[in-house]
This record gives sequence, structure tokens and C-alpha cells, in this order.
Amino acid sequence: MTNASPSLAHAPHHGRVLQPASAFISRAAAHVGTRAVGLLLPLAVLYLWQTAVDREWVAIQLLPPAELVWQSLRDLWQSGDLTSNLAVSLSRIGWSVLIGSAIGWLLGFLIGLSRTARAYLYPSFEVFSQFPVIGWIPLLIIFLGIDEALKIAAISMAVIVPVTVATFKGIENIPTRLLEVARVYCFTPRQLLLRVVLPAALPSLFSGFRQGIMQAWLTLVFVELLASSEGIGYLMVWGRQLMQLDLVFVGLIVIGVVGLILDLSLRRLEACLQDWRHDNKQEQK
Amino acid sequence: MNVIYTFLRRDWRGLALPLALFALWYAATAFEWVNIKLIVPPEKVLEAGLRYMSGKDFTEALSNSLFRDLSGFALGGIAGILLGLAMGLSRWTEHLVGPTFNTLKHISLFAWLPLISTWLGTDDRAKILFIALCAFYPVALNTFEGVRNIPRAQLEVARVYRFTRWQSLTRLTLPGAAPQILTGLHLALIYAWMGTIGAEFLLLNSGPGLGDTVIKGRQAFNVELIIFGMLSIGLIGALFNRLAAHAETKLLAWRGHRV
Repeated sequence: MTNASPSLAHAPHHGRVLQPASAFISRAAAHVGTRAVGLLLPLAVLYLWQTAVDREWVAIQLLPPAELVWQSLRDLWQSGDLTSNLAVSLSRIGWSVLIGSAIGWLLGFLIGLSRTARAYLYPSFEVFSQFPVIGWIPLLIIFLGIDEALKIAAISMAVIVPVTVATFKGIENIPTRLLEVARVYCFTPRQLLLRVVLPAALPSLFSGFRQGIMQAWLTLVFVELLASSEGIGYLMVWGRQLMQLDLVFVGLIVIGVVGLILDLSLRRLEACLQDWRHDNKQEQK
Repeated sequence: MNVIYTFLRRDWRGLALPLALFALWYAATAFEWVNIKLIVPPEKVLEAGLRYMSGKDFTEALSNSLFRDLSGFALGGIAGILLGLAMGLSRWTEHLVGPTFNTLKHISLFAWLPLISTWLGTDDRAKILFIALCAFYPVALNTFEGVRNIPRAQLEVARVYRFTRWQSLTRLTLPGAAPQILTGLHLALIYAWMGTIGAEFLLLNSGPGLGDTVIKGRQAFNVELIIFGMLSIGLIGALFNRLAAHAETKLLAWRGHRV
């Protein structure tokens, strides 16, 4: 039972508090109760939705019945349209995250490690980071057209900013005593990088990576809505143009679910990373 | 004297990169290394910008965009603070609304636009609603966390002194959560501006605005106008960011250096 308690006992916002086994049963009961309360609102919305459709409060073009949305979701899934569009979107994300975080890490390490690089690069980067990425897109369209290159470039730009900032902050916040120890032991630059800087900055690196992916997801949907002929955003534009709002709802659901999965899995990974670091520290003591 | 001294002492190395890029841009267009219809010379951008700024279109576009941005920000900010407070102060509200809120926030913001534009059209109402949505999430989240992170000891003191609900709200909760609420508002300002530009890009022919200017420039292949529009969008974004950072330090000055 105690094995199960950490996963069950912490509700989304309660942090990681381990409960003693005795308190577990009452907690679990309360937990099921609170979960049920959380379902009330979506159920109420669904009920309202259904009533609105049944009594024809609004035109069916403006509010498709919930079953139709579900039906379209299943149809699109079974015909493979959904998965193929989703695959296109996800591969765009993948490439952009790869390119964007590579550049971001490079920049972050340069700025974090070298004072000279920082003096030359950081002011420009700071100005660049304050420009909304989507403001660049029309200019990118002129140079790159509206094909894959545009999407990859725009999404990569969205990834670069958070990754660079987190990398550079992570390196900057390495405790000076660690660096002093390294100096006392006469570490070579390579050793300094691999044994001190990287492990110490790792959580920050990862957190930047996570933020980068979330920004990429935001920008992806924007670019696909603006200009694309495939992808999950395109599915929504298409549905909107045909006035088939069920497709728009399907798009919303899929985008929400993918966002949720991305966020939760990255957070889980990040937590594992923190634990691993923590364990290492304990061992060293 | 002092001014000159600080002027000389400033680190000017940061200017090297922008100047080099600018010089490259200038040289590339002046010697026609590139197609100057595609990469327009800087002086043309300046010229187009000046011409555009002196006309009535610019002030109209700018004021329209700012109006949308700020009304969306205000609406979303207020709604966010209210929901954040409600979820932070009452467990019951948190259990009721929290799961839905936490699920919906994962829907990438722009995905709402096709739905909003079908329901409300492409006029200002739709845009302001969308901008408000962009501003809403960061404020609600940060307010909630700010309220939750108020130390237990302080809550107990309030109970010992038998604070009324109003007193504990105005003297403990709001001041205690102020730094986080302001962080949320700062983020909301950035997101609202992004939402303003994004909505103007995506909802075509929906009245003047800075984003609309840029899109029109793209349709007419008017690269000067695109670059000028982009620069003004970026500058306003940067300006908002500066103002917000400044306001944050000013408003939190009473807390001393604990922030």
C-alpha cells in the first residue's frame, strides 16, 4: 500500500509529500472524492452542450453535437488521416527541437562560459529574445516560401530563446565553490566541462529543453494555421473553411491531448533527473 | 563630465554584432550581391517607414493594435487574478475547477482561433477574447501559486488576530502573493502582445492593425513594409517587457530585497 501511496496521494498541486500508511486510506477516499468533484465541471459543460444542440439554441453549423465530434474523431483515426497529419506535425516539432536546441545550447554555453562571447553576443540576443517569434514569420515567408523550411525555421527560432536562456542561467548559477574546487584540483578545461559544468547545469538545461518544446508546440500550431497543406493545424483550417466545426473540435482535442502528454512526460523526466541528482548528492556525503 | 565618463566606460562590444550585420546588409544591397527586390536596402526600409509613419494609416494601425492588446490584457488579467485567488483560497474551488483548467491550458493557444472566429467573426470582439485568453493562463497560474505559497505561519497569525475575510485578503493574501501575481501579469503582457499579432495575422481582412499591415505588405510583396512592421512589433514588445520589469521592481520596493 505504501508503494502505491506516492503515485496516488499527491494530487496535481500537493507537491511530493509522502503520506504515512495510516493516513493513506482516508486520503485515498478523499482523493477519489476530489477527483469526482473535478469531473463535475466538464460534465456540466457536456450537458449544456447537449441541451443546446437538442433544443437547437444555436445553428448546428456553429455547434456540432458532441457525438458527431466523437464520430469524426474515430473516423479520422480509423482512416489514418489523423495519424498521418499528426505524424507530419510531430516530425516538424522533432526537427525544429533538434536544430533549435542545438543552436540554443551552443549559444548558451558560449555566453555562459566565455566573458568575451558574452560581451559580444548577449546584448544582441537579449533584443532578439524580446521580439515575438511569430512577428518574424512574414519575413521568413518572403525568404523561405511557405514550405517545410519556413515551418522548421520558425519553430526552431521559438526553441532557441528558452534553451539559450536556461543554459546560460544554469551555467551562471553554478556555485563558485565548485569551480574553486576544480581549480584547486587543476582540472583541464575538458574535465571542468564534463565533470563540473555539465552535471551542475543539467537540470537547468533540461528545464530549458522542456520550455523549448512547449514553445515549439505553440508556434507549430500557429504556423500550420497560417500556411500549410498538412498537419494538425491544417486539419482545423480545413474544417473551418468547410464549416465543419466537428473537425475544429477534433483538432482542439488532439492538440490538447498531445500538449498534455508532452508536458506531463517531460515534467516526469525532469523530476527523475532531479531525484537522480539528489541521490548522487546524498551518496557523496 | 560624469555623463561622458559613464558613456566611455560602457561596454560597447555588444554593438559589434548588430553593426557588422547591418554593414553586411548594407554592402550586400549597395553592391547588389543579392536580389534587392528580395533583400531590400536599409535606406528603403527607412524611407518606407518614414512615409508610412507620417500617414494616417500608421497611427490608426498602432492605436487599434494597442487597444486590442490592452483591453485583452486587462480582461484576461482580471479574470486570471479572480480565478487564481478563488482556486488558491478555497480547496473546493480548486478541486472543482483545477482539473479542467489544467487540462485546457495544454491546448496550444492559437488552436482556439478557428473556433473563436467561427463563433464571433473576425472583428475586435473575437480578437480581444483571444488576447484575453492568452493573458488569462499565466496570471491565473501564478496567482494561484502565489496564494498557495504564503507561509503557514502568516496564515496562523491572521487567524490569531481574528482577521475578517476582507482583512486577510487585503492585508495578507494580496500582498503575500504580489510578487507572483506581478510575474504572471508580466508574462501575460508578453503573451497578449504575441496573441494580438498572431490574431491579426491569422484573421485576414479584419480591420487595421500592425499585424495586418505586415500581412498586407506580404501580399503586396512589399518587403520594406514587412521589415518596418516587424521592427515596430518587436520594439513595442521589448518596450512592454521593459515597462513591466520596471513596474515590478517599483511595485515590490516595499518588500526590500527579499524578492
